[in-house]
Amino acid sequence: MNNFYLLFNEIYKILFLLIPVLVTVAMIVWLDRRVWALVQKRRGPNVVGPFGLLQSLADALKYIFKEIIIPASSNKVIFIIAPIITMTLALVAWAVIPFGENLVLADINVGILYLFAVSSLGVYGIIMGGWASNSKYPFLGAIRSAAQMVSYEVSIGVIIINVLLCVGSLNLNDIVLAQQNMWFILPLFPMFVIFFISALAETNRPPFDLPEAEAELVAGYQTEYSGMMYAMFWLGEYANILLMCALGSVLFLGGWLPPVETEALSFIPSPFWLIFKILFLFILFALVKAIVPRYRYDQLMKLGWKIFLPLSLIWVILTASYLLYFNLLPEQI
Amino acid sequence: MIAHAVFFYLFSFIAIVSAIMVTAARNTVHSVFFLILDFISISCLFIMIGAEFLGMIMLIVYVGAVAVLFLFVVMMLNVAQQKNQWFGSAKSSSHIPVGLLVSFIIFFELIIVVGGWKYKPDLLNSSTIIISQTTTNTHSLGNVLYTDYIHLFQISGMILLVAMIGAIVLTFREREGLKRQSYIKQISRERKEGVQIIDVPSNKGVKIDV
Repeated sequence: MNNFYLLFNEIYKILFLLIPVLVTVAMIVWLDRRVWALVQKRRGPNVVGPFGLLQSLADALKYIFKEIIIPASSNKVIFIIAPIITMTLALVAWAVIPFGENLVLADINVGILYLFAVSSLGVYGIIMGGWASNSKYPFLGAIRSAAQMVSYEVSIGVIIINVLLCVGSLNLNDIVLAQQNMWFILPLFPMFVIFFISALAETNRPPFDLPEAEAELVAGYQTEYSGMMYAMFWLGEYANILLMCALGSVLFLGGWLPPVETEALSFIPSPFWLIFKILFLFILFALVKAIVPRYRYDQLMKLGWKIFLPLSLIWVILTASYLLYFNLLPEQI
Repeated sequence: MIAHAVFFYLFSFIAIVSAIMVTAARNTVHSVFFLILDFISISCLFIMIGAEFLGMIMLIVYVGAVAVLFLFVVMMLNVAQQKNQWFGSAKSSSHIPVGLLVSFIIFFELIIVVGGWKYKPDLLNSSTIIISQTTTNTHSLGNVLYTDYIHLFQISGMILLVAMIGAIVLTFREREGLKRQSYIKQISRERKEGVQIIDVPSNKGVKIDV
């Protein structure tokens, strides 16, 4: 009986995490469109509900009631699995994000590796969708995105090594606690910039949205999708963006820690700090979408392999030498 | 304990079935997808025995990078529709003897490993590596790899690097007539190099040499 109680307890916790994430994803789409519109001096969605807040809900309803069309020449099983994989992978990664000292669903030893692994699996949803559609534009989009995501993962991995050198543990809560005195954004600021740009490329956001460049590829890998399956791709993409923002705030902005340890600030519970930081990074994402033109594909590859990778590798050597020289290497846990 | 056994058999069942499907699938792209499923279930098995670092690295390296490139190549080479006819076709293929040889060697090696494990269980204790029970396996792996075995580790890294350079050199070919963008050239261009002001006499025109 005790086991069943434990099981229900876990399921309750999972729901308590997933439902807010899903609602936030819907809201964040609205925020994205609003910021985008504000930069361009438009109004953005402002009709449905107060300030247009219910716009995403209306969109979701529309997607639910639309017909799902499966192309006759497509590979049907893989075609249906692809959006499910994208959505699932974007949601399972949230299991290890710490929202507070003990507020984490799965406090595992290798949390950061888990996050990295799940985000590197994200490419499969896209590549499967593009291939199974059996059509030229989706296939080109999928190939582009696979190359792009694999390239930028390399530099994200090296950046994570930078942070891990300063922490000495792969646990996400340890990474947050190591930033109690100073957030890693200060000593590792160049790495934060590279991480941010790589995260844009990793999540196929503008200016690196070549996989779905509408001028060339219609809608890239999503071209053949419709109705709820399209909505799942779309939700998965935004959940991934939020996840990248969460990863950025855990690695560089001190996760759930308040900016300074004072009475006044510790009054606000720790999950809110993480949410503020995620929102801050997301607004940066949205601003970048509004103000930067799309990159050319060869420029994208050049940036990833010839600029970011060497820079982050050099920074690893610098960080390691600095820590070793001043005897600041973290204690073995 | 029951849950542990259930999950163990689930993952091993998926691993074995997908491994069979890799060879049996008619569509090459499906084979690669089954290979990925195999990798994932094996990394789940690694995590179940407590080797979480190995499992995660397996996911990142094999599933996240190697299999993506694999899939990439298989899709680009357009072998997707090519039917798997090794055993089905009438004329004998040259692949079968090589495949049989490789699988025989692997089978032989497995027998040695399993036999050693069965008949010489104290072999593990003869290892000189001290494994502490308190540290996480990431730390203990690092402690062994970067101290006692640093030379082997570095040499294997060098071998991989050489292999990578070799692959690049083998496939690299200089192409003629390729237009390349040079940022420095573009930025350092000045007005007097790019603009020429000419008075054009009427009814005669001018010749501009580009």
